[in-house]
Amino acid sequence: MSFSDEPLAGENLPILPGHHSPGRFERVLRAGHFAVTAEIAPPDSADPAEVYARAQDFDGYVDAINATDGSGANCHMSSMGICALLTRRGYAMILQMSCRDRNRIAMQGDVLGAAAMGVANVLCLTGDGVQSGDHPEAKPVFDLDSISALSMVRHLRDESAFLSGRSISSPPPLFMGAAANPFAPPIDFRPHRLAKKVAAGAQFIQTQYCFDIERLKTFMAKVRDRGLHEKVFILPGVGPLASAKSAEWIRTHVAGVHIPDSVIKRLAGAKDQKQEGVDLCIELMQQIKEIEGVSGVHLMAYRQEHRIGEIVTKSRVLDSREPWRPPAA
Amino acid sequence: MKAARDWSVRHAKGLHRLYAMLESLLMLLDPLLRRIGYQRLDKPFARIEGWVKGFLFDSQSCGQCTLGETGMACPMNCPKTLRNGPCGGVRQNGCCEVKPEMTCVWVKAWEGSQRLDPPEQALQIIQMPVDARLKGRSSWLRALRLRREPSA
Repeated sequence: MSFSDEPLAGENLPILPGHHSPGRFERVLRAGHFAVTAEIAPPDSADPAEVYARAQDFDGYVDAINATDGSGANCHMSSMGICALLTRRGYAMILQMSCRDRNRIAMQGDVLGAAAMGVANVLCLTGDGVQSGDHPEAKPVFDLDSISALSMVRHLRDESAFLSGRSISSPPPLFMGAAANPFAPPIDFRPHRLAKKVAAGAQFIQTQYCFDIERLKTFMAKVRDRGLHEKVFILPGVGPLASAKSAEWIRTHVAGVHIPDSVIKRLAGAKDQKQEGVDLCIELMQQIKEIEGVSGVHLMAYRQEHRIGEIVTKSRVLDSREPWRPPAA
Repeated sequence: MKAARDWSVRHAKGLHRLYAMLESLLMLLDPLLRRIGYQRLDKPFARIEGWVKGFLFDSQSCGQCTLGETGMACPMNCPKTLRNGPCGGVRQNGCCEVKPEMTCVWVKAWEGSQRLDPPEQALQIIQMPVDARLKGRSSWLRALRLRREPSA
């Protein structure tokens, strides 16, 4: 899908009235479409060709691509670098900004830099602790947290000023996002935390992996009670599990991922576990689409990015809509 | 100390009230404190505060206390020093992602805030980023000054 006022790849769309960003992602959501976003795995490499090749898996299947920022506290190519490369080719990018590695001086500079490169979306995250990654000896920064980072970005955008009060001549037109984990304790706190993120400026929410649809439904009921679904676009996270063994590993080693026993049992009992993981992901996407107040799904298909096309197509969550793809060279 | 910290969360309501009383008392003393000079009082105050709050809450003396808004659990004990709520990494048993042997500060804060009246409301306040310059200074005196001149 492309808009009638679609510019050349690498240039931004005009900002429509009531919109905050010049990006395709905000337009898709505000037009009421069910959106699909996906996470790109950053390469351990300085070669741009690797980034372009990885992005190709998403062409025509997703509405925006999240460039992760040292996810799991592991070192990879930066979110900023990936966004810089892919915005040049017209991709709708979501810059992930974690508070783990940078203080407010660096982060504000990055926000301006990203917007200048045509990044229209930013996702403010607290970030995983350094102990979970490959540099556990690193100094954790956490000068801000996800919520103060959101309010900082909003301040830059809406007040045209740095936190110091010094003014910015051209503020960054960003569509602001945040994460949520409806599946981690303290469960009753989670809807409050979402409300707080919305109050701090979040316009879209991408959640942690959902493997427990009932918990998501309970969470969404509380979200609807507070009317939050009318103030923020919510995209629950989904992804294919590779096998029962890897699911078991993820739930013990990856912080914040909740996988019920029934899911592991189902995978273990399948003849082709990998296919079962994909099928489960597709089923979850269809069930998620039925939940009132949900605006899309966020795909995290780590090491299975090449199956995104199949997953999106088979799920039929986009109906007949085909997201943007780069124009043929 | 974990036992004292847990006790404080269990008695969040009483401690919260005590805190309010202390603030009113110090407010009464404000003219006197001003005569002595807030600047001069900062060090002794910070020291007393460090002892009391260190014992009761494992306070990290950030100098801009939010205890009253976080169910009397000091958020600076969070390894990520999160002041606005729990991260997404909390384990299913309620323990911290970074320190698996420690209950998440925010699980405690939630418990404590349930005992306050009205519950939960204070948790909704968006906490601004910490001012690193205030570390080790008295947050009680700062609270008084802020009450007197909110823009200070």
